[in-house]
Amino acid sequence: MSVRALTTLRNCDEIYAEYYTSKLNDASHKDVEAFIGKKVTVLKRGDVEEKDIIIKAARDRRVAFITAGDPMSATTHLDLRLRAVDEGISTDLINGVSIFTACAAALGLQPYKFGRTVTIPLPEQGFLPSSPYENILENYSRGLHTLILLDIKAEENRYMTAPMAMRWLLDAEKRIGSGLVKDDSLFCAAARVGSPKQALFAGYPDEILTVDLGPPLHCMVMPGRLHFMEARGLVAFANAPREILDERGSGSEPKQ
Amino acid sequence: MGRKEDNIARAQAISKNPEFIRNIGTAAHIDHGKTTLSDNLIAGAGMMSEDLAGKQLMLDFDEQEQARGITINAANASMVHKYNGNEYLINLIDTPGHVDFGGDVTRAMRALDGCIILVCAVEGIMPQTETVIRQALKERVRPVLFINKVDRLINELKVSPEEMQKKFVTIITEVNRRIISQLPEPLNKEWQVKAEDGTVAFGSAFHNWAVNVPSMKRTGINFAKVYEYCKNNDQKTLAKKAPVHEVLLNMVIEHVPNPLEAQKIRIPVIWKGDKESEVGKAMLTCDAKGPVALMVTKIIVDPHAGEVAVGRLFSGTVTRGMELWVSGMPNPQRTQTIALSVGADRIPIDHMEAGNIVAVAGLKDAMAGSTVSSDKNMEAFEKISHYTEPVVTVAIEAKHMKDLPKLVDVLRTVAKADPSIQVEINNETGEHLLSGMGELHLEITTYRIVNDHKVEIKSSPPIVVYRENVKGRSPVFEGKSPNKHNRFFVEVSPLEQSVVDAIKSNEIQVEGKIKDAKELAKKLQDLGMDRDEARGVVTFKDNNVFIDATKGIQYLNETLELCKQGFEEAMNLGPLAQEKVMGLKVKLVDAKLHEDSIHRGPAQVIPAFRSAVYGAMCLGQRILMEPLTKIYINCPEAVMGDALRELQQRRGLIEDIHQEGEATIIAAKAPVAEMFGFASAIRGATQGRALWSTENSGFVPVPSEIQTKVVAEIRTRKGLKPEPYDAAYYSG
Ligand SMILES: Nc1nc2c(ncn2[C@@H]2O[C@H](COP(=O)(O)OP(=O)(O)OP(=O)(O)O)[C@@H](O)[C@H]2O)c(=O)[nH]1
Ligand SMILES: [Mg+2]
Repeated sequence: MSVRALTTLRNCDEIYAEYYTSKLNDASHKDVEAFIGKKVTVLKRGDVEEKDIIIKAARDRRVAFITAGDPMSATTHLDLRLRAVDEGISTDLINGVSIFTACAAALGLQPYKFGRTVTIPLPEQGFLPSSPYENILENYSRGLHTLILLDIKAEENRYMTAPMAMRWLLDAEKRIGSGLVKDDSLFCAAARVGSPKQALFAGYPDEILTVDLGPPLHCMVMPGRLHFMEARGLVAFANAPREILDERGSGSEPKQ
Repeated sequence: MGRKEDNIARAQAISKNPEFIRNIGTAAHIDHGKTTLSDNLIAGAGMMSEDLAGKQLMLDFDEQEQARGITINAANASMVHKYNGNEYLINLIDTPGHVDFGGDVTRAMRALDGCIILVCAVEGIMPQTETVIRQALKERVRPVLFINKVDRLINELKVSPEEMQKKFVTIITEVNRRIISQLPEPLNKEWQVKAEDGTVAFGSAFHNWAVNVPSMKRTGINFAKVYEYCKNNDQKTLAKKAPVHEVLLNMVIEHVPNPLEAQKIRIPVIWKGDKESEVGKAMLTCDAKGPVALMVTKIIVDPHAGEVAVGRLFSGTVTRGMELWVSGMPNPQRTQTIALSVGADRIPIDHMEAGNIVAVAGLKDAMAGSTVSSDKNMEAFEKISHYTEPVVTVAIEAKHMKDLPKLVDVLRTVAKADPSIQVEINNETGEHLLSGMGELHLEITTYRIVNDHKVEIKSSPPIVVYRENVKGRSPVFEGKSPNKHNRFFVEVSPLEQSVVDAIKSNEIQVEGKIKDAKELAKKLQDLGMDRDEARGVVTFKDNNVFIDATKGIQYLNETLELCKQGFEEAMNLGPLAQEKVMGLKVKLVDAKLHEDSIHRGPAQVIPAFRSAVYGAMCLGQRILMEPLTKIYINCPEAVMGDALRELQQRRGLIEDIHQEGEATIIAAKAPVAEMFGFASAIRGATQGRALWSTENSGFVPVPSEIQTKVVAEIRTRKGLKPEPYDAAYYSG
């Protein structure tokens, strides 16, 4: 948390938080309260999206709303901010560290070479989207990396792990069959990015299926065409197989 | 060997020979004498003692049937009859006449090839008469006519011989008018009923005699003689000279097609599979060596044998211990006993050949309407659709905690045995909903849960089932997902009546996945639906349709399944009073979706789409629909005023009053909601001198001046706030 964030929070009358879209790495809600020195009210998804608890409070007070990660990345809270604008409430945004940049940084991948981000959903009745697969394919065929976020249902304590996501991708390959996921396709898996207990791994699908990265949150990257420096980074930080240094150093074309 | 045992042995021998089999039923308006006739046919054929026939009511063997004097369950009996030196096996099903049990008639027709339509000579054609004729013809069941209670015409109404003839002619003409209009050529001409060719008989089921033109020629007992015997109070002699079973069973053998002929006509109508396939060919030729194809028309719950499936065997041979597939079920099941039925008795046999009606125990997964076959992949028979839906509900719960799980089991069995009962099980509250065709239907069902299944229950007073719809086409309404990143633009309107009717008559199949979208679109267009709409149909829910009218919206394809769920939820619980929606067209005209699938999962899309439908319904002006019933009262003129008053107190609309002899006939319509307790009220008001019957007559809008009040009552009963939400609420 930045100094600016901390001073701002200390000047607020009321503080709300949501943890349903992410999870605090190695800090508890209590730690946050102790650090700021104020009470923080935790809201559920329905409270944030469907009720106007925050907006009502902000009509006559200074109110802060904090999230794990960056408030406008991944799950954006743009709607909340727009609702505030509609009510004539002035807002200020303080960015946090987002998985969008942190993950690339940890793996040594270049941020400008990422395409559209996708999220792989936990299985639910009647919902089997193909778009995550298709968007990764589109990125990959243009030589771009894809950041693959994994679904979180914090309120039900369900988190998708890298092996589960790999299984999902293999199933999608069977279902859709455009040749994205092959035995020798390289994937990166990362856990608890940005914390001291961060874990990284890069390897082939059958390795990802069995890798144990410990507790959530997990995310993945499917690299596109690798710059030779990026390949070295993956080997050095994520234990990628050394063969990628020659094979992919110059960047391999997607095999159709 | 007694006569009965001897008959059973002979019945089994004939059952292998389709040429000598007739599958028939009785069908008529309530009280026109079906069971009395059936009993006398069985007795005449030697399957029961003749003294008891018509008094014991062998086919009304159920305790409640005996207590109330009406038929509740379709019951079947097999008997042997000698005609022109050959022995014939007659499989007979006696059906109920009370409207509440009409579903049983519809299903029984599927098992039959011919049907004796009874018409009371005094009352003439009644609403249920029309209904059963329509049901028979729809299933291509050949009708023959029996004009019953002629004794009453002569002795009570004291008509002259000429008036009697005139009465007969009117009834015959009325029946034929319906046959002409409800069958395709040339069958509609071939199946006309005529006194001259012996497809019409006249008589008294109660006094056990009947005549028709062929019998008059044979016995010399003509109308003049009939008139005389009745006048002289000597119907006993008449019964000796012209016994009812002789005349009617002869008529059936001469005019009802045997299974070989009947199945050629019927299979193309009741089964849409490939006629050239093995099972198709076997059914068309009633081949006992072909694959087993059995259509279950009734489940009987037997205290000893458990659930027994009764149905028509269209091809193959069912043997004890064979494995059969119940359509839609993953595993085959082994048959236990195979039986012939005579009323409540089932006589075990080893096997039964194609063309017969058979009872099979052991098919646990089978329900009335199931297709059972030795061929795992056999295409199922057409669904048997009953023309009316449940209109009354009671809430029931177990009186004692320990019975909670048992009650759930019992309710499942009840639902299986009677497809006209709708059961909604709620394990959370323990309060289950039982919906049926009428007050009596539910009274009997709850009585049986207590007395036959031995579970004590508490039940609420009956409540009417309502439906929701809109007055007209709505403007486009925008529904938002909770995270506000997805929007659905929806328009609703009443579905074309022609399409609603086609769904009701099963002409359009609404269950399961749409098989052939092109064919469906063509059918809908022929029914008057707009071309683009017809092509955009995504799914049906009951008689509501969901149409996707958007073009090229990215990611919509992976979201549509969730929209469908939202649509189904909205159709199950309408926005006005959480009653089911009926006959609505829901059109998705545009959608805006989030880039990442994770932000448009079930938790976002389902409520968004549901709100869009609800909001659009608010804008289309929501209406509440209530079931209506037709009422026919036959009473002496002296009490007519009392009967009318009883109707007027119940929002009744008198449609017709006329005199028939001494009797006054009143036809009226009233909301089912006002009809509770009518039975005892009219009995009280007219000192029991009014005969009456009812018929469900579909749903109509609740008068607008009382809609708000009725909605508030329903909502309060359901624990909701009295006023429904408005469109602003759903725009989130
Ligand atoms: N006088 C006279 N009474 C008859 C005749 N046939 C039937 N009944 C009487 O009419 C009443 C109804 O007869 P059922 O045989 O139970 O009629 P149903 O059509 O089976 O009745 P549901 O099954 O309840 O529709 C009984 O009281 C019979 O005794 C008849 O030919 N003459
Ligand atoms: Mg009866």
